[in-house]
Amino acid sequence: MSAVLKNPPAARPQESPGLWMLAWRRLRQDRVGMVSLVIVVFFLLMMVASYTGLIAKDWSKERGVSYANPSFLAGAENLEAKAMAQKEAAKAPTVDLSDIDPLAPRYKEWAERAAKIAVTETKRSETLPFGGDKWGRDVLQKTIKGSEVSIFVGLTGALLAMFIGTVFGALAGYVGGRVNDFFEWFYNIFTSIPYILLILSFAAVATATGKFGKGIVPIVAILSLTGWTGIYRLMRAEYIKHVNREYVQAAKAIGASNLSRMFRHILPNVSHVALVQLSQNTVQFIKAEVILSFLGFGVPVDMVSWGTMLAEAQNELVIGKWWQLAAAGAAMAILVTAFSILTDSLRDALDPKLK
Amino acid sequence: MSDNRSDPGLRRGDSAQHLLLQVQDLDVAFRVERKGEPFRAVKGISFDIGRNRTVALVGESGSGKSVSAMAILGLLPDNAIVSPQSRILYEGRDLLKASMGELQAIRGKDISVIFQEPMTSLNPVFTVGEQIAEVLRLHMGLGVRAAHARAIELLNEVGIPSPQLRVNSYPHEMSGGQQQRVMIAMAIACEPKLLIADEPTTALDVTIQKQILDLVAGLQSRHNMSVLFITHDLGVVGEIADDVVVMQNGEIQEQGTVRDIFERPQHAYTKALLACRPRLDRRPKRLPVIDDFMRGQGPVHIEERRRGTSPADAIILEVKDLTKTFFLKEGLFGKRAVPAVQQVSFRLPKGKTIGLVGESGSGKTTVGLTVMRLHEATGGQVLFEGKDLLALTEREMMAYRRRIQIIFQNPYASLNPRFTVGQILVEPMKIHGIGANEKERVEHAFHLLKRVGLPEASFYKYPHEFSGGQRQRIAIARCLTMKPDVLICDESVSALDVSVQAQVLNLLQDLQDEYKLSYIFISHDLAVVKYISDRVMVMNQGRIVEMADSDEIYRQPREEYTRKLLSSIPKGLEKAADLTE
Repeated sequence: MSAVLKNPPAARPQESPGLWMLAWRRLRQDRVGMVSLVIVVFFLLMMVASYTGLIAKDWSKERGVSYANPSFLAGAENLEAKAMAQKEAAKAPTVDLSDIDPLAPRYKEWAERAAKIAVTETKRSETLPFGGDKWGRDVLQKTIKGSEVSIFVGLTGALLAMFIGTVFGALAGYVGGRVNDFFEWFYNIFTSIPYILLILSFAAVATATGKFGKGIVPIVAILSLTGWTGIYRLMRAEYIKHVNREYVQAAKAIGASNLSRMFRHILPNVSHVALVQLSQNTVQFIKAEVILSFLGFGVPVDMVSWGTMLAEAQNELVIGKWWQLAAAGAAMAILVTAFSILTDSLRDALDPKLK
Repeated sequence: MSDNRSDPGLRRGDSAQHLLLQVQDLDVAFRVERKGEPFRAVKGISFDIGRNRTVALVGESGSGKSVSAMAILGLLPDNAIVSPQSRILYEGRDLLKASMGELQAIRGKDISVIFQEPMTSLNPVFTVGEQIAEVLRLHMGLGVRAAHARAIELLNEVGIPSPQLRVNSYPHEMSGGQQQRVMIAMAIACEPKLLIADEPTTALDVTIQKQILDLVAGLQSRHNMSVLFITHDLGVVGEIADDVVVMQNGEIQEQGTVRDIFERPQHAYTKALLACRPRLDRRPKRLPVIDDFMRGQGPVHIEERRRGTSPADAIILEVKDLTKTFFLKEGLFGKRAVPAVQQVSFRLPKGKTIGLVGESGSGKTTVGLTVMRLHEATGGQVLFEGKDLLALTEREMMAYRRRIQIIFQNPYASLNPRFTVGQILVEPMKIHGIGANEKERVEHAFHLLKRVGLPEASFYKYPHEFSGGQRQRIAIARCLTMKPDVLICDESVSALDVSVQAQVLNLLQDLQDEYKLSYIFISHDLAVVKYISDRVMVMNQGRIVEMADSDEIYRQPREEYTRKLLSSIPKGLEKAADLTE
């Protein structure tokens, strides 16, 4: 029985398509799903390009007049810009004090020095491709830069939440008994608190103690620490279902350890549930970041996200400047819709119908 | 059964008056992918169903027998394409061209159907009485009271005890056999002219199967119905059918009266089907398989194999007073003890096979799982070479895990769908440190694939690419990687087609001869157990009621329960064999 083959098979045939390959083939059949995939990939590429500085590097430069019109609305009246210009023009000329000023002899020296470092006053343009904000920053570039924070927060938050939820769910469902009781108890407490209140209390702690540092790290932490419950519930149910399946029993019979059965055997078979939940969470977290930023617990002022853009937009809308709201809203709506449809297609493609 | 079985006037080809249903050139294909070629499930078949006749449609899985029946009922799924020249004539009308309304009027009234799984065919939230009455109100226009009274009558007719009470039961309050009786009651409620029975006894125990077959036969002659009986089991066919249609791969290989088919089978496939099922009166060294016949060789290895144990045999595994009790939660704090296995003791001699038979719920699978410690035992001992496995710690048990292995019933569920066959085979070797390195393990896996009769390319494939029989071979190869001494086969061939069953049984026998493996063979199929076992234990309600050498127990059963089990086995094949000889 232990006879070793004299000549091991030389030609290794091609590995046949695995379930992932099959899932990909099924996904490719789904036209709507493929379109959403393209959109999502486009957004991801945009995010990477903006992070590496390929595009939207100088988003914070004030290139246009205040509330510059979008180029397709070039003729529209811009009262704010006019008011600013008038204020600028109304400044009285400086009074000449050189005859009484003791420092007058140094004027020339200062003027020379100032000339060296002086910024050339750029000519502010009247229009920008998709309009400008109060300080004349390009809304389009802001939106691109904002995607960086929003998508990053959504994805990493969802990944972390998936990790927590999967580990908890696997433990509760696989081990059962008291471990299950403990996690159920924990989960019940967590879900009994209203979601926004929970997020805000976490945010208050995170910002007050500064334990998570500054910037977007605390947001990711807050979202993942509060958002794991959905995945946990689904994974626990899947594990309870799978733990008594024959293939898991067979793995036990060959002596596979508990950890191996939990994560090597069962996890790949239930991963479709986690993946679908991942994309749903991503969408939810992008929206949650908007809420957090809107409420002031979000990203710091020197950064831009779709959330901060929407927060600014509420004042602008009163004076009829709708483009910032439109840009951030449209970008978010397109991504979220594409992501949701992709999620749906993914679930269809990944579900192992082949038992 | 009806005595018109041999009435020559009702033979096929006679005037159309005697024919209830004619299937002509039925051709059904399924669109599988958007662009791919449709898959042809039924390839232009024709057969007739005479009045008052029972026609058996026999074939293995994938032969197209169920698709043909669903086509008659107009219940094909949306992706089915029926070719335009197909015709199904029922009393002169073409059912394939009938409108939705016409079909609905015929379905349930003139043509009714019973399915394989009674539990899933009955609606769990309505009482059985309500479900039968619904059919009566819809098709017969009976009032609520009349329908209720008729439902009780029907339950009485299908042999449900105290029907006045049971008419108010919910499906879950009844056993599987009783549920199937209710299904039959619903099917005959409107006095149909044709009853289609799609594997109605496959999910049932052998004693229940016998009762249901008798019931169907009795109803057929009493109500002058025709029956289209779909089955994979030729033994059943011999008991019930007048005419037989043998299907393979969507084509009819042979059709004729039951006498013709059993006495003078013409087609090699029919011959093979008749021969490859283990029989109670024979035990050839190897079972004949389909390929032997298709190559035109006829049965080989017909010499008998001797079975039995002797007191001098070395014992490898001894089970003493094994007990397993499950606890069900009852109420808030209550617990109810359900004894699944009670004081089971037996000895397994080295290189021999012990068969464990019993009906569902008898505890035979629990015995297997408890011996392997896949279930914690409640009491007793399992001595493996003198060492009590149940007393070992998990760590100590690891050394013994390798030596006792199990092959499960369902080859579709017991292989991890996300692993390649290679991963499935290499994993246990890695866990138990068999083979010096990865290369040696892979080579050993290739060797074993060859040994169980699979091509080398299988190593790189996933389980879903294999048929049931091939998957069971993979499961066997996985056990062999660990060079076990004891192999527990838990209904390992029950889910397989007859021809594949023979191949797997032959493989198990070869492996036992080669490696001196000892088997505990758990099955509800008495013929298979008789064939493969040296010693047979009969289990009922958690206890072993009788244990003896296999020839002896079938020749002279001592216990009442054993006699009942043995008398329930369909004897169609043996009858046919007697006629031929």
